[in-house]
Amino acid sequence: MTTQSPGTPPAAFEAIGLTRSYDLEGVSVDALRGVDLRIEQGEFVAILGPSGSGKSTLMHLLGCLDRPTSGVLRVGGVDVSTLDDTRLAELRNQTIGFVFQSFHLLARTPALDNVALPLVYRGVGRSERRARAEAALKAVGLGHRMGHRPSQMSGGEQQRVAIARALVGDPQVVLADEPTGNLDTRNGEEVMNLLERLNADSGVAVVLVTHEPDVAARARRQVHVRDGLIELDSRSRTAPAGTTEGEVG
Amino acid sequence: MRTAEALRMALEALRVNRLRSTLTMLGVIIGVLAVVILVAIGTGAKNAVEKEIAGLGSNIILVVPGQVGLGAAPTQSRLDLTDVAFVRRVVGDPSKVTVAVNSGEPVRVGRNEVFATLTGTDENMPNIFDRPLRRGRYMSATDVDTRRRVTVLGSEVAAKLFGDVDPIGRQVTIAGVRFRVIGIYETVGSTFGVARDQEVHVPVTTAQRLIGLPRINGIAVGASGPDEIESLQSRVVAALDARYPDEKFSAVTQTQLLGTIGTVLSMLTGVLAAIAGISLLVGGVGVSNIMLVSVRERTKEIGLRKALGARQRDVLWQFLIEAVLLTTIGGLIGILLGVGGALLIQALSPVPAAITWWSIALAFGVSVGVGVFFGVAPARRAGRLDPVVALRSE
Repeated sequence: MTTQSPGTPPAAFEAIGLTRSYDLEGVSVDALRGVDLRIEQGEFVAILGPSGSGKSTLMHLLGCLDRPTSGVLRVGGVDVSTLDDTRLAELRNQTIGFVFQSFHLLARTPALDNVALPLVYRGVGRSERRARAEAALKAVGLGHRMGHRPSQMSGGEQQRVAIARALVGDPQVVLADEPTGNLDTRNGEEVMNLLERLNADSGVAVVLVTHEPDVAARARRQVHVRDGLIELDSRSRTAPAGTTEGEVG
Repeated sequence: MRTAEALRMALEALRVNRLRSTLTMLGVIIGVLAVVILVAIGTGAKNAVEKEIAGLGSNIILVVPGQVGLGAAPTQSRLDLTDVAFVRRVVGDPSKVTVAVNSGEPVRVGRNEVFATLTGTDENMPNIFDRPLRRGRYMSATDVDTRRRVTVLGSEVAAKLFGDVDPIGRQVTIAGVRFRVIGIYETVGSTFGVARDQEVHVPVTTAQRLIGLPRINGIAVGASGPDEIESLQSRVVAALDARYPDEKFSAVTQTQLLGTIGTVLSMLTGVLAAIAGISLLVGGVGVSNIMLVSVRERTKEIGLRKALGARQRDVLWQFLIEAVLLTTIGGLIGILLGVGGALLIQALSPVPAAITWWSIALAFGVSVGVGVFFGVAPARRAGRLDPVVALRSE
């Protein structure tokens, strides 16, 4: 359907007729039933939907943690169906940063090492890893807590460490799965501000999966998923306005 | 991911679960400890026996009546001194042939009495056996020919009977007959349970009269070199067999004794090591078990690592290194404790223990191997975990 014209950069994600069905004790369950979705570089998109709508499945597919049953998925222009598990892991490592609802930090490992973990799998040397992890932690305002373990941190801080980890490898996209789900309003707000700022400053695309409409409203585009299909794809504000401080220029 | 990185991660994981890691290692530690100590004891026993045999002298052939071997009944000797003369002719060099007649007899000096092994022999004995004197002289040909009542005492007999007094020239009573002490042997220890320091040597002729039988128990022949042993041995046996067609004679050499005993003791050491090896194997099963638990427990961590870009082989490698590290550290501790234990046994007990490099190398190699062998299955399981499922696990 969509072909890429020469000169324009490939879309961050491009899904065509994406389906995913699970086999649950002999019964086939269709979690996604044909999703077409294109997310450009630098976009800030919220994927919305009630639980069971298929939004988590979509997130896993976009994150290359799972493979579609049918359809085509291109990540940064690369068709993931052509990649084996090893190449898929490398693709995740290089193009996608994950932020999870329950943070998923190594509890007894210092923040700095948690943040540096993606670089370990990229084969980056120790001193460079430290330098980049330090920079990432400073960028999320945690320059003073680099030696702390997640167990010594508040939920908000932990999620910021997780965001630093998502950013340390310079990804094209940050996939955030209910990033505010385990946080109180104030910390949730802070995390959202951070994601917005990163999107605006560094141009990394942010794809946010949530079921909270007010969180989704912070994004410039909302993709509503229901029963395994995209129900509505709306661009609420075309111009940067409202809650965002706005991009200048 | 670099190996150094995986090593660091594995060490970290072991450190975090310190108690569990220690308990898991314990199985390997005990196994390696057992291998090192048991092999040390087996080797020590073998060395001790070999030293005893070598301590007799070199290139000795012992000729005895009957068949020597396991299960063969001791044969009543019909050899006498004429046979010794016959063997002397066969060998050619009379000074390289000596004789032994043995009997247990009480030996007394005043009120001191010991029970000793009376050995009748002749002037050629020192030519063949390694039996240095501490004081005095060996018996002479004249002593033998004239049936003198002279004796050379083993060091222990001398010490028990005379204490600090110099026994040379003094009288001892052997089986009721008085003998004059002409020499004392150096302490030589025991061979095959024969306490040679508890012997008293007298001329063979005198001994035969004392015992009341003209028989001898055995003839010893000294070969001039290792190359001569075999031909000399067969020559002597063939000559005796020809002289007594209805009897059998055996000649055993040190080399044969060493070979036989060495084989038996090596086998014993091998069996001990194998038994100890089984405990090492059980320790390996423990490692496998704990690693499986660890993989299950850390499913979420594995999912996260995969999401962040860990490849199957990165995760596999991490868990495999963890298992190998467990058994390797356990092996090293086991080797240290085993060497310490063997040294302790040697110092505090009569059991000889000799630490051998091959047993340490083997124990170390096996513990590393056990780690690889028993670590592969859990590590593969970890590597193959589906990141989506792993991340969801709670």
